[in-house]
Amino acid sequence: MFPKGTKRKFSDSGEEAVSSGDQGPAAPSAAARMLSSSYSLQRQSLLDMSLIKLQLCHMLVEPNLCRSVLIANTVRQIQEEMTQDGTWQIMTQALAAAQCPTDRLVATEVLCRQTDPAAQAGQSPKPYAVVGVEEGYHSEEVVMEGDVETDVTMSTLSPVSPQLSSASYLAGPFGMGPCWEEEEEDGECEEEEEEEDSEECVSEGEEGDGDHLSADSRTGEQVFGTFEIKHPAPPPDPALEELFSDVDPSYYDLDTVLTGMQSAPKMGPYDLLDSLSSHGPTALSSSSSCRSDLNELDHIMEIIVGS
Amino acid sequence: HASDIISTVEFNYSGELLATGDKGGRVVIFQHEQESKNRPHLRGEYNVYSTFQSHEPEFDYLKSLEIEEKINKIRWLPQQNAAHFLLSTNDKTIKLWKISERDKRAEGYNLKDEDGRLRDPFRITSLRVPVLMPMDLMVEASPRRIFANAHTYHINSISVNSDHETYLSADDLRINLWHLEITDRSFNIVDIKPANMEELTEVITAAECHPHQCNVFVYSSSKGTIRLCDMRAAALCDRHSKFFEEPEDPSSRSFFSEIISSISDVKFSHSGRYMMTRDYLSVKVWDLNMENRPVETYQVHEYLRSKLCSLYENDCIFDKFECCWNGSDSAIMTGSYNNFFRMFDRNTRRDITLEASRESSKPRATLKPRKVSTGGKRKKDEISVDSLDFNKKILHTAWHPKDNVIAVAATNNLYIFQDKIN
Repeated sequence: MFPKGTKRKFSDSGEEAVSSGDQGPAAPSAAARMLSSSYSLQRQSLLDMSLIKLQLCHMLVEPNLCRSVLIANTVRQIQEEMTQDGTWQIMTQALAAAQCPTDRLVATEVLCRQTDPAAQAGQSPKPYAVVGVEEGYHSEEVVMEGDVETDVTMSTLSPVSPQLSSASYLAGPFGMGPCWEEEEEDGECEEEEEEEDSEECVSEGEEGDGDHLSADSRTGEQVFGTFEIKHPAPPPDPALEELFSDVDPSYYDLDTVLTGMQSAPKMGPYDLLDSLSSHGPTALSSSSSCRSDLNELDHIMEIIVGS
Repeated sequence: HASDIISTVEFNYSGELLATGDKGGRVVIFQHEQESKNRPHLRGEYNVYSTFQSHEPEFDYLKSLEIEEKINKIRWLPQQNAAHFLLSTNDKTIKLWKISERDKRAEGYNLKDEDGRLRDPFRITSLRVPVLMPMDLMVEASPRRIFANAHTYHINSISVNSDHETYLSADDLRINLWHLEITDRSFNIVDIKPANMEELTEVITAAECHPHQCNVFVYSSSKGTIRLCDMRAAALCDRHSKFFEEPEDPSSRSFFSEIISSISDVKFSHSGRYMMTRDYLSVKVWDLNMENRPVETYQVHEYLRSKLCSLYENDCIFDKFECCWNGSDSAIMTGSYNNFFRMFDRNTRRDITLEASRESSKPRATLKPRKVSTGGKRKKDEISVDSLDFNKKILHTAWHPKDNVIAVAATNNLYIFQDKIN
């Protein structure tokens, strides 16, 4: 259960007193938290893990409502805290501005319930296509004002370099760089990562059309819009699954190198495609992004056939 | 085999029978053999009395989802005649089973012979009265009532009322009251489903009828609260009579605080004066007259508090442990990981950790207390936290209503332990 040899990073810090109601004015404590890069990292990885848990549900049996509610409450807690810190707003804006659909986003939209036929029309015909490098893409929209160094990309994953994962974090108002502990040791990595990111964005951006791009920003809004305080609580029933089915699963890939944890259901987006395509016409009304395996498919067939 | 995983354990009112339900929908009932007259110092053993398939897997075609046949709970009815009755439930359907013995059969029918073949009427020259002859004991289980289609969500609890006529069933959002004789309708007595499911933040996790007051029941929630309701107050008991919640300790708050506060089981004491709740790390005893905090708190495995993130990752943090009282309410028991289970003596405040596994216990051998080492130095015979097997979880335990006999379910094995009689 515990990966041998990797240090537990969250265990103690995660238990640090982050009292939800107790803090004084947001600014100094938010500053303190922003400065605690490991805390932000851990909090983000907890958010990622929680979103994966909500998304990956057992295909055959109804998901456990109690578990879903508890996880959703955890996500909401994190979101509320991040809103106080200001990191949530930044992330939401970046997502809205992000115009770099990846293979993943495309793939997800293909397979999940389509809310936008235009997106479908605009999708890349070959989701597995290797991303090429093209020039001429303006990445100003992606880079946030006032901080050239950092970049938020939903689309950092590429089939060629799977080790790039999750979003890099935007700096808070204090100009701190992204919080990957490992990369703090090597400042160059950060910039390389960003270059590749924008290159990937470039090719995808060229491929898609306006509809495609707008669909993606809507996707981002859909995802995080549900976590706004005003419209809280994504429904923990099949509607929830449909909602999360639009989310780019690559966003939630926990990079084991960075977080030091091994997420059990480690599933690349192409695994997602495989598992979904193996289901074919038996795609269920609940989230098609739920994973299953051949045993379950056999099981379904047995029930249907009545053997 | 996954379908052999025991999912519920329950003694009947006398303790003579012990029922287990498993993931495959089967119920196995054990019966306490009479003590041998030759060796009165040994308690009798429990042997298999009856086995039957209670629930089958179903498929909900509307939702394209399977309904598991796993038995979530078994509750016995008080015995009123020679037969035994129990309620067993899966996620959606509750069934009343009658278990009866047959140890005689009629012989000497007029119209058919011993094989059952019809006799030629013209050959019958005289009439005889059939006689009851002893036969090998046969135990039959037959479904007498099926209570279906009343729960949209997954049933987590059933509880027989002290009036012996009604019982309640609880799912994640609703509690229904049934009459044992009537299957086509039930009364909804609690409904916490919000109008907008997006606003759902709390679910019902367990419910139980008061052992003596047939109008009182409690239900626990995923937020660590318990509500006591009086059915005389209103038809719909959405407004509680009492609300039990322990204030949170702000110094130990984390993102996991709510999850570990979620109550997995609630049990009234036999006396009816107390109730016990189990959350992820502790067991709490509440006085029904004091709502603002429990009167006793017992730490089950506090060493897991620093591992909550990992336990969240592998979903163990959502494991639902049960708890139980002994017959005199002087001791309580609950399970843990690594096939460990814990017992707490409420009077002496002593506690003990024991292990239910083949390796560590031979028949008739005394169980050795176990210890988990929390500090840096691990003593001999202690187990370090990182060596615990989190797949070996003891979720279900039961205590004989009168004697010091306990039943412990360890995955697909059932262990029965008893006190040595001196």
